Amino acid sequence: MQNFTPVSALLGGALIGLSAFILLRLNGRIAGISSIMSGVFTASGPNRHWRLAFLAGLVMGAAIWRALAAEPFALRQDHPLFLLAAGGFLVGFGTRIGNGCTSGHGICGLALLSPRSIAATLTFMASGMATVYLLRHVLRVGV
Amino acid sequence: MTKTISALLAGTVFGLGLAVSQMLDPNKVLAFLDIAGAWDPSLALVMAGALAVAASGFRWTLTHEKPVLGSRFHLSRKTALDKPLLAGAALFGVGWGMTGYCPGPAFASLALGNREAVPMLIGIYAGFLAAGLLQDKN
Repeated sequence: MQNFTPVSALLGGALIGLSAFILLRLNGRIAGISSIMSGVFTASGPNRHWRLAFLAGLVMGAAIWRALAAEPFALRQDHPLFLLAAGGFLVGFGTRIGNGCTSGHGICGLALLSPRSIAATLTFMASGMATVYLLRHVLRVGV
Repeated sequence: MTKTISALLAGTVFGLGLAVSQMLDPNKVLAFLDIAGAWDPSLALVMAGALAVAASGFRWTLTHEKPVLGSRFHLSRKTALDKPLLAGAALFGVGWGMTGYCPGPAFASLALGNREAVPMLIGIYAGFLAAGLLQDKN
């Protein structure tokens, strides 16, 4: 556990929770990134505008950190392209079929004690861990 | 208009949180999912921090009749633990494990000039499109 970073994890997590609180308290909306990302193409008018603004903010927040951080992490360069493209497809497909991702189910849904979100979170955690085990320790791809 | 500004604020705080917690680094995420390797439990603490703030904030929020800027709270009315939920979550987890990215970090890491975000986001949007076509058919 030499890479364990409890302080930045808790602090960053608290900011994510604060964001979810702001969006529900002010806009009455759930901070589910997968549905916000798909909604920019399926919604129209003001329903589209707030989603676009949220995504712009998401990039801005990361850019602010990049400008202020003493030592930004080194970007990964060598991950196989087929894993990124195929994995991306599964992330997009799975989150739409399952109505949410790590933010919508894993944070907002759990905070609301939704049984659907608890089931979804346990499921994607388990399949994510099984996938990493298979890729890293059995097939030795993209390690 | 005000709802757009508040969403911009919420998105900025979210992006900052992802960056501070190092969740923009796919290696950090994969180290959490790699329970048989050099396991890094940080992601669990990111969720714990987020849940502590969100759960108390949501509880107080939902004592109000409506949000500050809207007419109602948009919450899911679904309750069934059905096949699409579980199959979708399982497939999402596979893609997450293949890449180390869930949708938020994939998008936010554009700010870092992350080249991996391009194939990842193309894949994600292709997946959205395929899921939409499938749902329209049913």
